[in-house]
Amino acid sequence: MKHSTLFDIISPIMIGPSSSHTAGAVRLGLLARNIYKNMPEKVVFKLYNSYAHTGKGHGTEKGLLAGVLGLPVDDRRIKDIFNSDIAKQIEYKFEYEDNFKRHPNAVDMVFYGKTNMFIAGDSVGAGEIAIRKINDFNVKLTGKYNTILLVYKDIPGMISQVSSLLQYHNINIASLLCDRNAKGQQASMVVSIDGNLQYDMLEALEEIPGVYFVSYIEKLGN
Amino acid sequence: MEFNINTFEQLHDICISKNKTIYEIAQENMARQAEITVEEVRAFTNRSLFAMKEAIQAGLASRELSMSGMCGQDCWNVQQHFRHDRAIFGKTFEKIITYALATSEENIRMGKIVACPTAGSCGIVPSALIAVSEDYDKSEREQINALITAGEIGRIISVKVALAGAVAGCQAECGAASAMSAGAICQLMGGNVSQVLNAMALAMKNLLGLTCDPVAGLVEVPCVKRNPFMAVHSITAAELALAGVKSKIPPDEVIDAMEQAGALMSPTLKESSQAGLATTKTGLEVQKQVFG
Repeated sequence: MKHSTLFDIISPIMIGPSSSHTAGAVRLGLLARNIYKNMPEKVVFKLYNSYAHTGKGHGTEKGLLAGVLGLPVDDRRIKDIFNSDIAKQIEYKFEYEDNFKRHPNAVDMVFYGKTNMFIAGDSVGAGEIAIRKINDFNVKLTGKYNTILLVYKDIPGMISQVSSLLQYHNINIASLLCDRNAKGQQASMVVSIDGNLQYDMLEALEEIPGVYFVSYIEKLGN
Repeated sequence: MEFNINTFEQLHDICISKNKTIYEIAQENMARQAEITVEEVRAFTNRSLFAMKEAIQAGLASRELSMSGMCGQDCWNVQQHFRHDRAIFGKTFEKIITYALATSEENIRMGKIVACPTAGSCGIVPSALIAVSEDYDKSEREQINALITAGEIGRIISVKVALAGAVAGCQAECGAASAMSAGAICQLMGGNVSQVLNAMALAMKNLLGLTCDPVAGLVEVPCVKRNPFMAVHSITAAELALAGVKSKIPPDEVIDAMEQAGALMSPTLKESSQAGLATTKTGLEVQKQVFG
């Protein structure tokens, strides 16, 4: 079990009223933005369960949109985000659904732009979050570590090639999660690391035969 | 040398054997853990302290309602009242309850606050700490010492009980905040290690079983007005501890009892708004007005 630190107890400095329904929503939006990388043209948010029912009173929709637009959890513009100029950069829409199979505070975010991307996540309490799904792949991203996301052909030896490359550069792996859509087809790897990754290493990872796609997702600031 | 401190007894023993205060041990451990200096730990704490003061000032000046319209003007009304009729317990008492309302109303109108430990309980530690510091001329250094003490108390509680209403009811949010505040005030007024921990235990002991049953599922009723109650409660605990009163049940055993009370509490009373105040006749009517 991971324990809180002194800092966790006397922070964050945030826009209220709820760490899970407001700050957590901002952080889900921020991390989804880090995953998608570009400014989307349009985002459709689907809020589930408690997020759907009490989101309006907690500013959950405002938080999600503010996060996608890059505002941190303590940014006073969150409160009036729907009327702000930065929100005019993109189209957005909110949908609501009850689904007992999903976390009480779950959201799906569909990003539309040069590429389209599906990102699903949960606000798991006290402002902590987890991105659970990117397109078809199950992942777990908490925003606490810099993370490498790889999509590759499901063949033997891929984990070993990635981990030896990281070892060669003296990078420690904090956690590793793999998934695939079917045997021998596409697979995904989520590698959370201590410290930072040099950008030339991303190229080296891309050059591994069988790797289709590499993305580096930076951790959240707060 | 790193100390892995998970109980109040361990914290107490290390403080005594090293002849150090709780905040000294806590800031050194935090620095080692985050690989930063003690000065950086104190700078982080000072940023939270500053944001707490800003939230109080913003809250004192506002009459804006929350999004639901349920809350947002009590702080203003209480201030008007105190202009003509002074509080029975004097100026510091007036400050504590107005500062607590100011902060928690600022929270529900989407203002900027410090979750300490949570957003719903954000008014408790700041109101007691800052009101007492103002009226007893406590320096910024002493205020930081007290806030680190509060944080260390919250951290050790959270080792056993997650600080979330959904896990253990409001005893784990406003209750924990009040226990943290009791320790902070005791530290601020010169209490020793044992007195600080007894203040924590006395505050917590008298809040066991506190439910989380907010109307319409929002952090407003009873949360906003619960903040001044819990802040004042923490002063009672600090005063008793400073006078040498001890909790018959030791601090760690109080937290064990809190954990048990949280586990035994019906899920309907743990942030799900399925019982208690949320399902009273008026609670349900308000919910209908807010969400249709």
